Amino acid sequence: MDDLKSGSNLEKVLKAGHFALTGECGPPKGANVEHLREKFLHLKGVVDAVNVTDNQTAVVRLSSWAASAIMVQEGVEPNFQMVCRDRNRLAMQSDILGVYAMGVRNMLCLSGDHQKFGNHPQAKNVYDIDSMQLISLAKTMRDEGKFFNGEPIDVPPKLFIGAASNPFAEPYEFRVYRLAKKIAAGADFIQTQCIYNMERFREFIRQANDMGLTEKCYILAGVTPMKSVGMANYMAKQVPGMDVPESLIKRLKGVEKTKVAEEGIRFCLEQIEEFKTMKGVAGVHLMAIEWEHRVPEIAERAGLLPRPVVN
Amino acid sequence: MIVADRKSIHEILDMVKDCSNILVVGCKGCVTVCNVGGLKEVQILAATLKIARKKEGRPLHVDETLLERQCDPEYIAMIQDRVNDYDAVISMACGVGPQFLSEAYPDQRFYPAVNTTFFGGAVAHGIWEERCAGCGTCIIHHFDGLCPIARCSKSLMNGPCGGSDHGKCEIAKNVDCIWDKIVRKKMELGRLNDLLQVFPAKNWQTARDGGLRRSRREELIQHG
Repeated sequence: MDDLKSGSNLEKVLKAGHFALTGECGPPKGANVEHLREKFLHLKGVVDAVNVTDNQTAVVRLSSWAASAIMVQEGVEPNFQMVCRDRNRLAMQSDILGVYAMGVRNMLCLSGDHQKFGNHPQAKNVYDIDSMQLISLAKTMRDEGKFFNGEPIDVPPKLFIGAASNPFAEPYEFRVYRLAKKIAAGADFIQTQCIYNMERFREFIRQANDMGLTEKCYILAGVTPMKSVGMANYMAKQVPGMDVPESLIKRLKGVEKTKVAEEGIRFCLEQIEEFKTMKGVAGVHLMAIEWEHRVPEIAERAGLLPRPVVN
Repeated sequence: MIVADRKSIHEILDMVKDCSNILVVGCKGCVTVCNVGGLKEVQILAATLKIARKKEGRPLHVDETLLERQCDPEYIAMIQDRVNDYDAVISMACGVGPQFLSEAYPDQRFYPAVNTTFFGGAVAHGIWEERCAGCGTCIIHHFDGLCPIARCSKSLMNGPCGGSDHGKCEIAKNVDCIWDKIVRKKMELGRLNDLLQVFPAKNWQTARDGGLRRSRREELIQHG
């Protein structure tokens, strides 16, 4: 245990060399705890940790720290997401201490979607620090036991620090360097943006391998099964930084309407199969958006169950 | 320069709805350069207000004047003889103008005719764009003259974020991603290494976050 940074289940699974599987759960637009529980309990025992999104797409939801704490109570390991949009450095440090006190052991540091996308576009944004600096902050708090200002922390928060990487956003040439920066800042693990363009991802991971980055950090490949042709078109055209090849849209269009979701899952399973043996990929981050109940089936068919138990 | 946009005529008419005799004060500074509060704009606003009120059957008397600047007490003093002859005064300067006027003439009511928007310059004829956030600690030399604080929607010091899309910012297709430009310029100049360091968090005390800011030039201050 001594050589573990946080002792989180996710860290233990990755450190033991298992192919990790993480899931995702968006808190409700309200205080409907029952609905939240129902959603994340589908993932219990099916994934190693569950990302809890933080006002994703800048839409107000039940706070990620509270949802994470509820998960801990239910025996599900959260990966607490924190964005830089809504908190200054005081609130960030306070919430990092807060989630640690509630039993949270993983944290994902993100810039956050601009508030213009969300349901309060009139809001003032914060961006006191950026995601790179947030990674560095969480690491300083954990490893040096110090606040941003250098003052000592009375019981430092020992969190397994994650960050995101988007291999598909422009400028492509810089993306692997930005990944390197996040690792240098202190990221222990990376979850990538949803991958659909496998060719580009293979090139990205090859670059990361060549630079020695995959030896310093665990990279979890992000996948989101397509539920419909409409969803694929939306992702392709409307979501910034998303790369959905025409060939995938064609493939989904090529099957009967009632079988599109199954085809989307099949593509996802093929991806996972390739990731399992891809050098430099330590696991999969399965973002089944509002499809949590299908995750057990996908994990089963991907041959990822049962999940390893590492003590 | 400081860039501003004129408020709608409806908003300005509403401000002076109870007045029958007003003064419109323009400024020869920034707002003249960005064509929003100079001599010509003062004349247009005055004429528009008069026409609108005439149509309502409640004529408005409007006098016009133009000050060298509205951010210096010595020019503000130029209207001291007549400023209190009006029901209200409309300033067409940036947000500094109506405040300096209000401070100098506490018995008069001053209304802003413009919305002060940003520090920027003209990128094309008739188009101005933001370039500076006035953060108080300039770092543009690290980014080859491209300011991420003013020009990145998230003021990222270590961009670009995942929302950079074909050189555009995620917030709108007509907004350039400044981090895309920064990275490309570094690549062109063969200085990409400059961006491999993690730039530390900014000290915002010199920005608005530190409270009211004041510049002191000791050599200019007249003591005693």
